[in-house]
Amino acid sequence: MFQATMKKFLAGAAICALMSTAAFAEVVLQRGSAADPESLDPHKTSTTYEADILRDLFTGLMAQDIDAKVIPGAAESYVMSPDGKTYTFKLRADGKWSDGSPVTAQDFVFSWQRVVNSETASEYAYMLAPVVNAEDITAKKMKPEELGVKAIDNLTFEVQLRAPTPYFLEMLTHQATYAVSKANVEANPKDFTKPGKMISNGAYILAEFVPNDHIKLVKNAQFFDAANVKIDAVNYIPNEDRSAAMKRFEAGELDMYGDLPTEQLADLRAKFGDQIKIGPYLGTYYYAFKTTKKPWDNVKLRQAISMAVDRDYLAEKVWGNSMIPSYSFVPPGVAGYEGPKLEYAGMSQLDREDAAKKVLTELGYTPEKPLKMEIRFNTSENHKNVAIAIQSQLKPLGIEVTLLNTDTKTHYGLLEQHGDFDIARAAWIADYKDPENFLALCKTGTGNNYAEYSNKDYDALLAKAAAEADPTARMKDLSDAEAIGVTRDACVVPLLYYSSHNIISPKVKGWNMNVMDSHPTRWMSKE
Amino acid sequence: MLRYVLQRFLTAIPTLFIILALSFLLMRIAPGGPFNQEKGLNPIIKANLEKLYRLDQPIWNQFTDYVWNLLHGDFGPSYNLPDFTVAEILSNGLKVSILLGLVALTCALVFGGILGIIAALNQNRSADYAVVATATAGSTIPTFVIAPLFQLIFALGLKWFPVGGWTGGGWKVMVGPVIVLMLPQLAIVARLMRGAMIESLRAHHIRTARAMGLSDFSIIVRHALRSALLPIVSYAGPAAAALVTGSIIVETIFAIPGIGRYFVDAALNRDYTLVMGTVVVIAVFTIVFNLIVDLLYAVLDPRVRYD
Amino acid sequence: MWSSYYLIFMALICIAGPWFAPHNFDTIFENYNRVPPSFEAYPKADKIEEALKDAVKAARVEYGGFEEKDGKIFVTLTSPKPIDERVTRYIDRSDSFEGATVTQKSADGLKLIVSTTVKKEYFYFGTDISGRDLLTRTLIAGRVSLAIGLLAGLVAVFIGVLYGATSGLIGGKTDEVMMRVVDILYALPFTFFVIMLVVFFGRNFLLMFFAVGCVMWLDMARIVRGQALSIRRQEYVQAAEALGVKSGGILLRHVVPNLLGPVVIYMTLLVPQVIILESFLSYLGLGVQEPMSSWGVLISQGARNIPYANWLLLFPSLFLTSTLFALNFIGDGLRDALDPKDR
Repeated sequence: MFQATMKKFLAGAAICALMSTAAFAEVVLQRGSAADPESLDPHKTSTTYEADILRDLFTGLMAQDIDAKVIPGAAESYVMSPDGKTYTFKLRADGKWSDGSPVTAQDFVFSWQRVVNSETASEYAYMLAPVVNAEDITAKKMKPEELGVKAIDNLTFEVQLRAPTPYFLEMLTHQATYAVSKANVEANPKDFTKPGKMISNGAYILAEFVPNDHIKLVKNAQFFDAANVKIDAVNYIPNEDRSAAMKRFEAGELDMYGDLPTEQLADLRAKFGDQIKIGPYLGTYYYAFKTTKKPWDNVKLRQAISMAVDRDYLAEKVWGNSMIPSYSFVPPGVAGYEGPKLEYAGMSQLDREDAAKKVLTELGYTPEKPLKMEIRFNTSENHKNVAIAIQSQLKPLGIEVTLLNTDTKTHYGLLEQHGDFDIARAAWIADYKDPENFLALCKTGTGNNYAEYSNKDYDALLAKAAAEADPTARMKDLSDAEAIGVTRDACVVPLLYYSSHNIISPKVKGWNMNVMDSHPTRWMSKE
Repeated sequence: MLRYVLQRFLTAIPTLFIILALSFLLMRIAPGGPFNQEKGLNPIIKANLEKLYRLDQPIWNQFTDYVWNLLHGDFGPSYNLPDFTVAEILSNGLKVSILLGLVALTCALVFGGILGIIAALNQNRSADYAVVATATAGSTIPTFVIAPLFQLIFALGLKWFPVGGWTGGGWKVMVGPVIVLMLPQLAIVARLMRGAMIESLRAHHIRTARAMGLSDFSIIVRHALRSALLPIVSYAGPAAAALVTGSIIVETIFAIPGIGRYFVDAALNRDYTLVMGTVVVIAVFTIVFNLIVDLLYAVLDPRVRYD
Repeated sequence: MWSSYYLIFMALICIAGPWFAPHNFDTIFENYNRVPPSFEAYPKADKIEEALKDAVKAARVEYGGFEEKDGKIFVTLTSPKPIDERVTRYIDRSDSFEGATVTQKSADGLKLIVSTTVKKEYFYFGTDISGRDLLTRTLIAGRVSLAIGLLAGLVAVFIGVLYGATSGLIGGKTDEVMMRVVDILYALPFTFFVIMLVVFFGRNFLLMFFAVGCVMWLDMARIVRGQALSIRRQEYVQAAEALGVKSGGILLRHVVPNLLGPVVIYMTLLVPQVIILESFLSYLGLGVQEPMSSWGVLISQGARNIPYANWLLLFPSLFLTSTLFALNFIGDGLRDALDPKDR
């Protein structure tokens, strides 16, 4: 009797032990982020929070390695025509969707037509703008079928570009260019992004999605490189409150977090040391004058104010060295681009203030007869602190600065409709590594040209660059354009370059800092 | 009674309609729209989006469409979370928020009530002061201070509870949010209870009961408490509606997938359909809880009758 | 009693305090971001060298040590290029020094000795993230918070009592209709409404809270109406009615005194509620415009900085909590004093 019980007990214990080792063997990565993705439909995303999760779920024609270099993804090779306008991609023969069906060129044709289709209303439709007819289709002047893409056979995908586009391969790593399974989207047009319904071709498949709680991805056995994927499951956990996220990280509830509370940075550095990862990032934090309004239409005045702002102070004291003082619109890190810097970049702060004061006095502004200026910014602790600092920096020059913060939608609503303001805060994070992505913001008539800057030479240089086949000459044109629009005319006042902010537990390996802040789980492992 | 309830439900329909119309209008005259963002959109793409969500229609048509769909149980799609319908978002969030809210409310009523009675029975003695002081402290410290302090002390320091999260955390994840949600309510309940209890202990029928030699306990429970409950009940209705519809502060700090943050986020994001969804939810809850309060009033106070 | 003295004291120091405080509420001390509170003057003795080095670094010359004599500081500067004498401005620019003058200059101009005096600054409450004196800011913030609380509270009580009493006393169909209106307004989501108000009135915070007060009267109206209903059914009121006392008389003699208790309690709950609501908006980043501040704004900044810069949370919280405490106790005191049954 006793022995029988004992046997049962032992057997039970053995099963328990087995199960627990099995459970232990599963490596789960807890990835914290500041927000949920807006959508898991790769063609409907619009924020940076979707990027990594979609890189895990899908594989575009091109993928990114651990350092965000472009490597073959769903395409194993490609051929570019001599004029740079036709790309022919050879899809990998072992490329499969998570349901086991092959990834075909037809899927890519379907997906790309879907992206540019006006009925999809994809916010990133412009990522395919270099493709023949893409913009006309989005503007409903043409049918989606007229897009310059074609499936030559099941595994050969051909793309016609309007002009040679050196950054085209780079764009293919962006989620807007990923393929979705044609069969699946046609079968489940409304809920193919739901767990259980989603079919993807990346290293992971979607298992659970509870908004504001977690998104669970599990390893995709059908992925062509599944053998090298070391992490079995990833939980993407949104944590809006950055301070609370630091506590969760400290408590071990998160293995990594993709943001930092910058106001605590000095203390966090002291506490977490090199677990804090701050690196260059392709983004610029800038102020824009309303250049069509008096007195801001005066270039001299704009330059004087820009000159007087102490960017080192902003970077060091306001952002705790998590941003970099910026004297150009296009951030460093774009290969092949040598952009001009603002003339006073090398001047000492005092000389700059003296020079600025001189200009202001010439224009008739003195502390007795101050210039009034209102800084508009969208609600955020850091934007507020930047504005406060600039307010106090401009005070000795006889500029009376008032601050006005409004919620994000009001702020950008006003800017977009070209409403009334003096100077306003804005920012741009690059979608792909190319100066054009920034410089287009000063082009006449662009929706994002909040300054309403307009200059024929500038527009002409951008147009010339767009048609230029030679990459070096193209970069030269863009650099000349920046010299006119930003350096000479201050169409924007660049203040800071963004940095990527991450905190990574030492348990996580295979995480490398890179300028795109791209970190597919595929390369990571956890001890 | 039944007729009264029915009648209330009938009057709730125009109420809801007026609220919907008001909110719709208010939201639409607010500057900015759902597709204004830091990464500004190309006007063509924005126009496509607006067409997709029928925002290019005249506002009156949009409103009638919305109401028509609503009558068919369709809350519409969310603009900022296009993977989900508003109904899915709200029902996901409500499950969590109702649970948290009801637990917090029950705790607040029970503990607050007991504290209030203790204070009332010891009026102007040290126990009274102690209760009032503690209760007051709970309501004077903003929740966004209590919550991180709780995390620091009980989660990071003592490691009794997780810092945040919801799924897979068991009952332990609830402790922090419940305490933080409960504290301000607890204070108010305790103070209301104390005040009402003191009042009702002075009433004639209690004095009579005392004079007749009834025990303190039976006086409190059977007589005084009954009338003292009135202000609590009228407070608990709106409080319940507020609690079960979540709190953005608790939810963001503890990373809880409740409904509360949508009230703020949707309004700030101009996610019109989600805003309307939250408006409907809160309106329905308020109407229902108010009805419950009025019915309880009739039960507790025989002088109030609804015929 | 002590509570009301405290409240008066608080109001006085918030109104008058900023004039006597050592700094302006919007002056930024660039060298003193987030310094902890101290009764000692800044810069601390051991930080003088660091401050000098910082100032010299900004001037792009090399620092060659300093000595202190007769309360003056003599700094040696060197550089491979001749030094511009304007370099003294960099030292004056630092918040720690003033009156920098060149006392000695080497023949080749590569070495300079500059004398300067240490400028003492007192930050009894420390400074905030931008380097502003927290003491002055706390006081200024108090003005805003108290004004907001009082304004919205009074508006709410005024409307609420008037509305509730009317509804409860008239009764019948009028009561029915009036309460339906309250129900409708009640069911309007408050957070949404307030956020929309911020969007509209964001520039003028007082105006916004006037509007908030116009919505917060609902609870008051319900409570007053409930009381009025039950008072109206009291025997003595019915007796008075039967005796032919006019309804105005009943209102004054019987209803108002009976209502005072709950109204006062509610008012003392309401003012703190408004102040807390304001802090909630500040937490969302929708608080008063800089450089003005309120306790809510300061506390929400402080809450973001724990566990590191705790004074940013501690001082404004102490002010807010103690004030709300006092308000609550005054409410209790008044309630006891006004209770008609105690007379």
